[in-house]
Amino acid sequence: MTLNIVVCIKQVINPDYFEGLTLDPETGSIIRDNVPSILNPVDENALEEALRVKDGFEDTTITAISMGPPQAEEILQWALALGSDQAVLLCDRAFAGADSLATAFTLAEAIRKLGTVDLILCGNEAADGATQQVGPQIAELLGIPHATYVTSMHLDNDGSVAIRRSIEYGHLQMTCRTPMLVGVLGEINEPRQVTADGLISAMDKEIITWDAGGLGVNAEQVGLKASPTWVEGSYEKRIVRASLMLEGTPAEMVRAAVLTLRNEGLL
Amino acid sequence: MATPTAIWIWAEQRNGHFMDVSLEVLGAAQELADTVNGTTAAVVIGDQVADLAKELVAYGADIVYAVSHPDLALYQSGAYPRILAELIEDHGPEIVLMGSTSIGMEVAPAVAARLKTGLTAHCCELELKEKEGRPKLIADVPGWGGGIRVQIVCNTSPQMVTVGLGVTDKPQRRSRAEGTIVNVPVTLSESDLACRTVFMEETPPEGIPVEQAETVLVAGAGMKAAGGVEPLKDLAGLMGAAVGGTRPVVDQGWIPQSGLIGASGKSIGPKLLITVGTSGANHYVSGITKAEKVLAINKDPNAAIFNICDMGIVADLTEVLPLLQEELTKQK
Ligand SMILES: Cc1cc2nc3c(=O)[nH]c(=O)nc-3n(C[C@H](O)[C@H](O)[C@H](O)COP(=O)(O)OP(=O)(O)OC[C@H]3O[C@@H](n4cnc5c(N)ncnc54)[C@H](O)[C@@H]3O)c2cc1C
Ligand SMILES: Nc1ncnc2c1ncn2[C@@H]1O[C@H](COP(=O)(O)O)[C@@H](O)[C@H]1O
Repeated sequence: MTLNIVVCIKQVINPDYFEGLTLDPETGSIIRDNVPSILNPVDENALEEALRVKDGFEDTTITAISMGPPQAEEILQWALALGSDQAVLLCDRAFAGADSLATAFTLAEAIRKLGTVDLILCGNEAADGATQQVGPQIAELLGIPHATYVTSMHLDNDGSVAIRRSIEYGHLQMTCRTPMLVGVLGEINEPRQVTADGLISAMDKEIITWDAGGLGVNAEQVGLKASPTWVEGSYEKRIVRASLMLEGTPAEMVRAAVLTLRNEGLL
Repeated sequence: MATPTAIWIWAEQRNGHFMDVSLEVLGAAQELADTVNGTTAAVVIGDQVADLAKELVAYGADIVYAVSHPDLALYQSGAYPRILAELIEDHGPEIVLMGSTSIGMEVAPAVAARLKTGLTAHCCELELKEKEGRPKLIADVPGWGGGIRVQIVCNTSPQMVTVGLGVTDKPQRRSRAEGTIVNVPVTLSESDLACRTVFMEETPPEGIPVEQAETVLVAGAGMKAAGGVEPLKDLAGLMGAAVGGTRPVVDQGWIPQSGLIGASGKSIGPKLLITVGTSGANHYVSGITKAEKVLAINKDPNAAIFNICDMGIVADLTEVLPLLQEELTKQK
């Protein structure tokens, strides 16, 4: 069985820098200057899951794909070093400011352009927006089934996929068929490490870059212009609490706190 | 006169019970409808949903669209969004709200993609305004730090949002409510069930759920200094409290997803909340604004959490937690 797998990966701001980020008043998107980026954590698990499928089915082609600034090439390089066969960077100023629908549209068009696809793997959510929207939206735009919150998947020779999906206080068991899209949670697997051989073999692989023209879409269909949601304004929500700072040694502070809470009937 | 603004919700059921957040969202719909003299409608999908439909009327829905089919008893990731999208297309509501359960977070974007409309996640406040003759939904979400709230709007129809548990209030159940139930016939195709849920296991939550507890202890990333959340769990056992966590702690697997507090988790309003080793990030803080009393423990005197707590202890948690345990046992 030959398999074509697409893994969608995104470069996100290192979550340690979330507080203190500012928005561009014009576009409403985050100002990224001088903020370190990382591969979105669960996208690493999505990639690992693709590699595991390939471990089981030799005739598998993995394509890692990312929409982002030129810098996003870093995470694609890394995906190649891990064992992806090819990588696609969707990079154009026109793509900037995309909300999830516009992002999903652009990624879906790229996947369409790649040809036959059996499995699309995504992270369940991107750490920077945590919207969880892009995966299911890609699937719906391509007209294929989707499952998110996936904690285990097993692909069979006949193209059937057994899936376990997490829900609040429990799980669902699903039987699906390729082609489909799977959004994975971190607990699905333990990602492997990049090896020296992997780094060397990545040097022979090229990263395809498509801009709007290369993708065959016009600038009105992508980015901020094609995003139905946008930032209209912002304000500061003040939460007023006593902010009483206790003083003394830790033991004294703890005693004072317990006493106060007891007096107020809270303990 | 123009037709009144229709505000819809999807009421998610599992095993014949509604998710709490779905009813809360119905409450939000009613509040929005009141401000513009609009109407509310709820969609329920399942098998033999007649009683559930009546329940939605009792909770105040003006119209209930009931979709019933044996193959829809369990959530189906193809059929549910397809059915919802078609109903929405047929009736053209202006606003669609959904609860951000793990299933709602898959259904909402799928419906939005089918309708090519905008969807805003993690709303912590909603407001409806007339603008240029069109009701415009303003959805507030936490911004990056400093108590900033960002207002998101949507220029396509319907305007869709997802709302977390605890953000809005469940409406009163009325014994004599007037609402219309519309039974919607449905035929399923093969593609509706190409990805088919065959089985659902529900496991009862361990301990008191964070949204129901009077006292909640929240573990932040600072708990790494204690090697995990065990000390907080011990303390919670002593106090009869529930334990929740911030994003890094949940990602670490120390606290289950159901214990995540904040914009992408739950908003809670316990009588007492003790937040331990949390910096006070905006996306977290938006989930604890309803807490009556907040005690914060952090070793960094400049941590933002101290600006929004009632009482603060600046000290190392590895020192404070044993002392707290001691004090609580001693005086009992
Ligand atoms: C769209 C979006 C949605 C999000 N939703 C949520 C959400 O719902 N819930 C959520 O929690 N987060 C959410 N986040 C993440 C959020 O922005 C923060 O990253 C997160 O809340 C930080 O958690 P924390 O305070 O535990 O960790 P940190 O910010 O790392 O803070 C740890 C604190 O522990 C203190 N500490 C360390 N060691 C000790 C010690 N020995 N003794 C005492 N104190 C110590 C430190 O001083 C520090 O202040 C979201 C982010 C985004 C972008
Ligand atoms: N710009 C992007 N490029 C590639 N993949 C993306 C992009 N944005 C989102 N994704 C994928 O969609 C998942 C969910 O993202 P989100 O909907 O933003 O929470 C991520 O984990 C990625 O797999």
